[in-house]
Amino acid sequence: MSELTLTVIRLGLLALLWIFVFSVVGVLRGDLYGTRVLSRVKPKPPGRPARPAVAASTVTEPVVPKMSRSASKRIPNTLTVTEGSLAGTTLTLMETGVLLGRNPECTLVLNDDFASGRHARIFRRDGGWVVEDLGSTNGTYMGITRLTQPTPVEVGSTLRIGKTIFELRK
Amino acid sequence: MSMVTSFRPRTRRNVELVLLLLAITIVLVAYLNVGLAIGGQFPPDLILYGFGLLVLSVGFHLVLRWRASYADPLMLPIATLLNGLGLVMIHRLDLAYDRTGSRLLAPKQLIWSTLAVLLAAGVIIVLRDHRQLRRFTFTAMALGLGMLLLPLVPGLGRNINGSRIWIGIGPLSFQPGEVAKILLVIFFAGYLVQTRDALSLVGSRFLGIGLPRAKDLGPILLAWLASVGVLVFEKDLGSSLMFFGVFVAMLYVATERRSWIAIGMLLFCAGSYIAYLSFGHVQTRVLLWLHPFSEEAIATSDQLVRGLMGMAKGGLLGSGLGRGHPEITYFPESDFIFPSFGEEIGLIGLFALLMLYVLLVERGLRTALGVRDGFGKLLAVGLSFSMALQCFVVVGGVTRVIPLTGLTMPFLSYGGSSLLANWSLVALLLRISDQARRPLPDAEELATASEAHTQVVRIQ
Repeated sequence: MSELTLTVIRLGLLALLWIFVFSVVGVLRGDLYGTRVLSRVKPKPPGRPARPAVAASTVTEPVVPKMSRSASKRIPNTLTVTEGSLAGTTLTLMETGVLLGRNPECTLVLNDDFASGRHARIFRRDGGWVVEDLGSTNGTYMGITRLTQPTPVEVGSTLRIGKTIFELRK
Repeated sequence: MSMVTSFRPRTRRNVELVLLLLAITIVLVAYLNVGLAIGGQFPPDLILYGFGLLVLSVGFHLVLRWRASYADPLMLPIATLLNGLGLVMIHRLDLAYDRTGSRLLAPKQLIWSTLAVLLAAGVIIVLRDHRQLRRFTFTAMALGLGMLLLPLVPGLGRNINGSRIWIGIGPLSFQPGEVAKILLVIFFAGYLVQTRDALSLVGSRFLGIGLPRAKDLGPILLAWLASVGVLVFEKDLGSSLMFFGVFVAMLYVATERRSWIAIGMLLFCAGSYIAYLSFGHVQTRVLLWLHPFSEEAIATSDQLVRGLMGMAKGGLLGSGLGRGHPEITYFPESDFIFPSFGEEIGLIGLFALLMLYVLLVERGLRTALGVRDGFGKLLAVGLSFSMALQCFVVVGGVTRVIPLTGLTMPFLSYGGSSLLANWSLVALLLRISDQARRPLPDAEELATASEAHTQVVRIQ
């Protein structure tokens, strides 16, 4: 038997061993997280109007211009929880808007005693993201100012709901 | 939009099957490698062995699907891979020693593996709930201590290589300490779950350390003293270290008191120093550990040095299976199977093996976290910790981290009793993990149950 074949089998064995180890690690990765985020939205059938995401909203739904895929990629659309019990969670902002609060139907269900059931929502307007307080008890803060009207969210600005702090990231 | 749901456990049995097939493939590749490297040709019995291995492990997998469908999906593939690799190495050493006929070790190991897998499947089938074992707490203690004492019975015990840890009936020899390990863990778990409140709350405080009442501690100290005393008389230091470590770990897990670890460490240091002063064989072991290359150490035993040289020769990638000379070391198929692997698959391979043990132990500890009853938690911790400690004692011994003591590497080493014990240990862990991962009954079911009148049920 040629030396080459032997070398290939020998190194292949080591590679296979480590492939086994990594596939085991890949399987048990699922153990590390208690919850997982499932996508709930289904692709809309063409021709039907977009359903407003937030039924209780007092602000009329802004007309979202249909953007091309490349354009929507340029806008930062990741909301990260930097502090609070959900720290480390990231959420992708959708064009239909996301709802934050303690109510189980919210997009991001906050586990925060100071948050209201339907606390705030973030939606798309004029090519950027806007946050609006939905009449919450303890208020939504941008930096240190309490929000009284829909306010644009910039990259890096901190958003606080109760003890949970959010940040918009790219 | 997205929603957050709570984690719903899946059975993952298909993942297990895929990993099992991968494990068997690795074992067959290793076997092929040995055949090509030594015989220079395709080993003709490869297909036969492969088929046998496949039937055995897939059979066990089907038993799990049948009786423990939520059991952990990773333990079986890991155990199969380790057992298979051990078999390949023993076969390779058979070839190196030119063993023939009844002196061949690999077929014997194969028979023991088959028996061990069958026993493990039997444990899964017969034992429907690990909590049944709690009924046998004190029976387990009596049996475990009896097992430990058996080698001291004149006429039955055998003194092999300076340790009196074997019993022999006719041509068969058996190491009862391996089985005693599981029995004593069952006893510790059952006993501690009963008394842990007393152990962690009642008692006087001394120097900021809570000391329990002698009444609570008496039986368990007695059991520990008996097991350690027996092992000192049998001159098996590795097992004594393992039992003591498992004892301290389970005590800590049961009571959440860090003082136990401090007390345990102190006791252990004092004990080992006294043992060092009073026993000649301990002094030899320490000399071999600290100065293995000195003249007097070489004159006593050069086993450790040969193992070290073998591993050094293997380097990073190893010489390749069948291309090294692990047969130069003494006991290359049992105590020194780890250096044998080190020489032939190198550091990279050794770390893969160590990772497999780490993952196996992690699954055991994860099971302990997940299971809902205290007895199951303690049992899973004890079983997985005993395996971890055994690996530490063996690997630490051959790599000169701690003095070399004779223990077998779980699943890899040659030895029937070790295989039987470790496969049953994995079967117990699988049984507990089935309970741990099985989802709770539906909320509706619970609601109707809570509306019903409380029933008073006598336990035990």
